[in-house]
Formats: sequence, C-alpha cells, structure tokens
Amino acid sequence: MNERNQRPIDISCCFEGCCGSPFSDQPSKTKQKYVSENNWVSTHLKTVVGPVPVVSTRLTWRDKLGMVAVRLGIRRMSYAIRPGLYAVGHPGRNSYIFVSANYKLSFDLLRKHLTGLNAWVLVLDTAGINVWCAAGKGTFGTEEIVRRIRKTQLFRIVPQGTLILPQLSAPGVAAHEVSRLTGFKVVYGPVRAVDIKRFLQNGLKASEEMRRVRFNLVDRLILVPVELVFLLKYLLYATVILLILRALGMNLFHWRTIYPYLGAIVTGSIIVPALLPWIPGRAFSWKGWLLGLIWATGVNISQGLLFSDGVKAAANFLLLPALAAFLAMNFTGSSTYTSLSGVVKEMKIAVPAIILSAVLGIFLSIIG
Amino acid sequence: MKIHRYLRNVSTLRFYPEKCTGCGRCVEVCPHRLFQIENGRAQLGDRDLCMECGACARNCPFSAIAVRPGVGCAWAIMISELRGGREVASS
Repeated sequence: MNERNQRPIDISCCFEGCCGSPFSDQPSKTKQKYVSENNWVSTHLKTVVGPVPVVSTRLTWRDKLGMVAVRLGIRRMSYAIRPGLYAVGHPGRNSYIFVSANYKLSFDLLRKHLTGLNAWVLVLDTAGINVWCAAGKGTFGTEEIVRRIRKTQLFRIVPQGTLILPQLSAPGVAAHEVSRLTGFKVVYGPVRAVDIKRFLQNGLKASEEMRRVRFNLVDRLILVPVELVFLLKYLLYATVILLILRALGMNLFHWRTIYPYLGAIVTGSIIVPALLPWIPGRAFSWKGWLLGLIWATGVNISQGLLFSDGVKAAANFLLLPALAAFLAMNFTGSSTYTSLSGVVKEMKIAVPAIILSAVLGIFLSIIG
Repeated sequence: MKIHRYLRNVSTLRFYPEKCTGCGRCVEVCPHRLFQIENGRAQLGDRDLCMECGACARNCPFSAIAVRPGVGCAWAIMISELRGGREVASS
C-alpha cells in the first residue's frame, strides 16, 4: 500500500492509450475475467507443488488477432490472463524465472521470445495492465512479486532461483527488497523481449542499446490507432451537436466547415506524433500549435478568407491551432520521454493559452 | 539515432554521490541511460533526459538517488485536476 501512497499525486495512469480509462483508474472490485488458456496451454508439468501449465511459444492467428485488436483499442482493458506460475519447455530446479504482467500482450511477447528455452514464467496480477504502466502504478511491484512467489510456492520448485524482471518494471520494484524478502537473486532483463536470448548468451548482461527505451517512428505510429479510436467517441458527440444545431436551423454540415477541424485533428493526433523529433521546439503543445498554424493558413488561403473575410480567417487562426495543440499535448502520455515536472510546466502555459484562443475563436465564429 | 529531448531544467532528480557505493543498479534500470559507473561510483549524466520514472531511486539500496516519480501525461494531470486532485505543481 505504501508504494501507492508515495506517489505524489493521484495520477495513476497515462493517456487512455496506456493504462486504461482515466475515469476508472481504481481497479474494479468485480472479479476479473481471464482470456481462455486452451489456446496456448497444451500440457502440464508435474512439480512438487502440483501441475504447472506449459505454454506454447508459438503465437497462433488468434493471439495475433488479439494483438491487432488491442492495438486498435478494442477490449484492451479486458485482455488479462490468469496470474500464477507457467512453464516453457521443461524447466527444472536451476532454470531462470521470467516475471511478467498479466496483460496478455506483454505475456505473448515474452513467450514468443522464449522459444527453445526451458524457463519458468511468473505472471503477476497487474489487473491486465502492461509492465511499464503497472510499474508506474505500483501494481507490478515488490509486494506483488513477493506475494505471488509465496502463493505459487516457487521457492520449493526453484530453491536458489534467479528472477529476471523486465527492465521497465523497475519503477515499481525495489530489486534489493525482493532479494531480501524472498532469497531469490534479481536481475533486470532487457527493455524489449526480442533481446532476451542475446541477454542470456551474454551471461545476463544487457548492452546499452538493450537498456535504452526508444520512441522511433514505428513506436509512435503504432499508438495512433488507439488515439483515433479514443477520438472517435468525441467526433460522435460533435456530430450529434451538429445534428441538433441543424434541427435548430443552423446548418454547419458543409464539408467546407467540417474539413478544417478534421484536418486540425489529424495534425494534432497523427502528424505531430509522426514528425515529433523534427518539429522545432520541445513542448508538445507548441509543436501542435505550430503545425496547426500552418494548417489554418492553408485553410484560409484555400477558402479565400485571408483578404475577404478577416473575422472568419481570424477565427480559424484561433481555433484550429488551439485544437491541434491540445491533441498534441495529450500525446505526452504516450511518449516515452516526458517527465511529470515537464508536462506540468508545459501545461501551465499551454492550457490557459489554448482555452483563451478557443474562446476567442468561438466568439469570432459566432459573430462572423 | 535521434534522441528525443523534452523541457530543460525541470527534472526533480537528485543524486548524492557520497552515499553511492557503485553497485550499478541505477545503471541497470535507467531507460534513458543517465548513469554510468566511473571510478567505482555512479556518475550522473544529462539530467534533461530524465523522465522521472523513479526506477533509479526505488532501486538504489543506499538512498543515494531521489526523484519525485510520476507519469508525464497531460491527460492524466487534467483529469486529476478536474477531480480536485492535490496540487500537481507543488514542490
């Protein structure tokens, strides 16, 4: 419990794209449903504490389909597996113990890269949340590791065990505490499961590159679908409002009035993430505002507003960059390098500026 | 490879070299590679690369590192503020 209390503010999740809806960050009290094991557990291994399920290291089309679905934000919060002990191959008293979250995507990526090895996999109860986010919340933490080891009686199966934790679980785990409380040796493995075999070959040593978190183009673009699905909800609200306005006689349902906003949305939530390191400046909202300004200029020129209708043009200059800035700012939670202190600093300027700009823009749109 | 950089001079990361024994845990866990062992002690590199994940501080057995851990997520900060969460910017 104290792990949680040490966190300075009650921020327990990042963007909805990461750890679940910010509106329900309390783990639900209802019993979590787990994805069926039939698909990837074929047999059981006899041990001193009873049968341990042996997992396949080959991902089936069903696993891959599930992977695509969660990347699209579908059922992402209910993609959990049963916590506990699993086996890969025929592990014994001296085999390594890999520790994982019970988010099936994390677990699948791990087992896929354990092909040909004999190892134990200890799956923690992280409420179906991925390693890094769960570590940030403390659910992938010292307490849960110790509890899970006791519950599975792992110390009877592997008396002198070595736990290999994912490096990104380190914000939640005090390795020396786990060692002290369980007697197991604890090492942090590489950031990415793909490097596990090289890590083992190097004698449990990870290279600098294996330990560095990246955020390259593919890493960034893979997050876009989830953001878009998230935005879709708001686009539906917007459509409903537009329909109501039309019923009241204000027909804004022209492509001409809609595409500037769609463009600003695409700018803030797709183009900024894609071009992130190349857009000048550091604050995400600034990057979004800058590209939004370019977009607004384009809109004003193509609609011929720049010299004919100053009020409308000004409204576009105020509204579109503000929208792009807001969406770009929300990408901070998906990034792998923004700090809390930094985002707080950024928001102190960005949020009032965005609100002011939007209010003025709406005012001008109405009088225009 | 291009290294992403966020705002300057904001990290709450503090390192107390006099407490360091050079065990190397911080080097192991930092996802942005801020620490190195030199002459039997950790050396702190570019603090502007720190994302305040808290891994180093939590894993230092000698309390030689302190940081206010958190998640740099604007959305979560807004929700927290709207719910009347504690002052985010304190300290």
